[in-house]
Amino acid sequence: MRDALGRVENVFVLGGTSEIGLEIATALVEERGARCVVLAGRDVGALDAAGDQLRAAGAVAHAVEFDAADVGSHEELVEKVWSEHGDQDVTVLAFGVLGDHEAAEGSGGAASVIARVNYLGAVSILTPLGTRLEEQGHGQLVVLSSTAAVRPRSNNYVYASSKAGLDALARGLGDRLAGSAVHVLTVRPGFVHTRMTEGMSPAPFATTREVVARQVLRGLDRGRSMVYAPPALRWVAPLLRVMPRALWRRLSERV
Amino acid sequence: MTVAARAERRLLRGWGRALGSVAEVIPVACTEDVVATLADGGARGAVPRGLGRSYGDAALNAGGHVLDTTSLRGATPPALRGDRVTVDAGASIGELVRDLVPRGWFVPVTPGTRHVTVGGAIAADVHGKNHPTDGSFGRHVESFRLVTPAGVHEVDDRTDPETFRATVGGMGLTGVITRATLRLRPVETAHMRVTDQRVDDLDATLAALESAAARYAVAWIDASVGGTRLGRGVVSTADHALRHELPASEDRDPLALGPERRPVAPPVPVRLVHRASVRLFNRLRWQAAPRRPTARVAPLTSFFYPLDRVSDWPVLYGPRGFVQYQFVVPPGEARLLTAVLEALVREPVPCGLAVLKRLGPGDGAPLSFPMEGWTLAVDLPVAVPRLRELVTGFDRAVAAAGGRVYLAKDACLSPDTFPTMYPHVDSWQRVRDRVDPERRLRSDLGRRLGLTPEGGDAG
Repeated sequence: MRDALGRVENVFVLGGTSEIGLEIATALVEERGARCVVLAGRDVGALDAAGDQLRAAGAVAHAVEFDAADVGSHEELVEKVWSEHGDQDVTVLAFGVLGDHEAAEGSGGAASVIARVNYLGAVSILTPLGTRLEEQGHGQLVVLSSTAAVRPRSNNYVYASSKAGLDALARGLGDRLAGSAVHVLTVRPGFVHTRMTEGMSPAPFATTREVVARQVLRGLDRGRSMVYAPPALRWVAPLLRVMPRALWRRLSERV
Repeated sequence: MTVAARAERRLLRGWGRALGSVAEVIPVACTEDVVATLADGGARGAVPRGLGRSYGDAALNAGGHVLDTTSLRGATPPALRGDRVTVDAGASIGELVRDLVPRGWFVPVTPGTRHVTVGGAIAADVHGKNHPTDGSFGRHVESFRLVTPAGVHEVDDRTDPETFRATVGGMGLTGVITRATLRLRPVETAHMRVTDQRVDDLDATLAALESAAARYAVAWIDASVGGTRLGRGVVSTADHALRHELPASEDRDPLALGPERRPVAPPVPVRLVHRASVRLFNRLRWQAAPRRPTARVAPLTSFFYPLDRVSDWPVLYGPRGFVQYQFVVPPGEARLLTAVLEALVREPVPCGLAVLKRLGPGDGAPLSFPMEGWTLAVDLPVAVPRLRELVTGFDRAVAAAGGRVYLAKDACLSPDTFPTMYPHVDSWQRVRDRVDPERRLRSDLGRRLGLTPEGGDAG
């Protein structure tokens, strides 16, 4: 149960090998006293290894198999986590693929993999998750969207469209759950230095997973519905949205 | 209509507004209603809730049932027999006072607000400004009717001391109290003979409280000044005024209570309790008090219920709310009071209310708060940076000193520190397992402290 000063007990991470998801979980263990973390992902071996970081910080870590693209299994997964591990105070939706944009431009199959994981997978898991949290009567849900959701670029529009869908889903769910003591926090990081972005040239306002985790914890403390990382993007994002198209195209070609 | 059909799912918050959860709120009007709702169960249990004055999560039960006990009262007024009164547990202390004072009786122990139910006063084992003399509320309870999932029990301290003591201070987790018989105190008037004196530092405050000869004693502390003025405050001591002590204007009807005026604080979207506003308020309040002990005769309600002057005052703390941190430390550990006040000034935490009292020995109820020593209550806005670290440090120091925090106020105690503060929790759990083996009585407080685990492996 979360206390008045933001300390929590149980954390559930969907996308348990995601560096950002793991960083958030670690911060919740180290700074908010979380005792038990359930990591859900495709590769149970990798999840176990990821759990070592949390165990080192003093928590109990469990691995549970979860495939975002296997939408038929999601309701069962939610039931399993709750029946085996009890109430979840913070749930983090951190899975997602960047994909190979060039391949996605040319292949409907490659493009739809991105959409299937990032959007369809999220729709399918967030729906039973929202219901479960509503029944539980308390809880916080962190959804990792992206600044790309604000406006697509010519070189990332498939990924951006999947995040835009996820972003709308999270905000809508947050509004539906307003007044239900379930708090939904949508997170829009900019370019984050991780394995997923390795080798890419960083966009302006590039940030680290530590900054993302810090912003998430602040947002949870303050009951915010949206946070950016780095925080300055909060002021930049509205400008991206209204920028004239010609200028936007020219700018986005450079990054 | 069945009892469960009256349920309404809604968001409930603690009085400090920092914690909230959604539950099925079920109004219960009689013992039979309570029996029916507890039998019905539900997957996440039930907890009674009266007027919602517990500051944290004691009267919350996320996703489960919350039994609204405020309609748990008959149409008949409290039944007075000798110095005993039998009342429905949903009646408030305020209603009791309004009914009994004109008949020459007063409640033997009252908290700083009259908007608590009799059931809640027993479940939190509330104390007043007269604890060294009179003990806590439970000491004056002759018996009560307790509804547990196993049935209806008439409980008193002689025939079933274990259940009695587990329920006094048990925060509603041993069952639902529906009726109680209390021993009363006779009064000649509805007034108090109050003596106020402002004092310059903590030592003087402690000395004034220690030497107080009156039945009631309390100190308000200016928690925004440090250094040599640390712990300065206003000490008020009081006794019930006797009839011949009243001014002639009140003598005609000495037991008449004044009218109740309750201005409502406007809903504010921002926090108004800030460092500057609090410093100013505290300073003016201290300066307004007399330098030398000064006696006055005051209406009973204005002495006992300063918090009731403004309804819904917690809104002043803004949307994130506040934690009321109340702890007690043994008499020899007064240095902890200094440490806490120093930390609040150093941080600084804008602390709108700080109240210090002396407590006498406790009565052996395992989850009851009062124990011999000093108790300090401070309002801490949640929005203050680093409050988590600060309060965690306070908790550890209080536990190490053999003290404890008050569960009716608590919103942030960790399950690791809790058993150190309440070392007899095991004996409480044994009674609970007897009266509620299936653990149908559950609350968010119980979940947080590990008293009522929800299943899974983290409890």
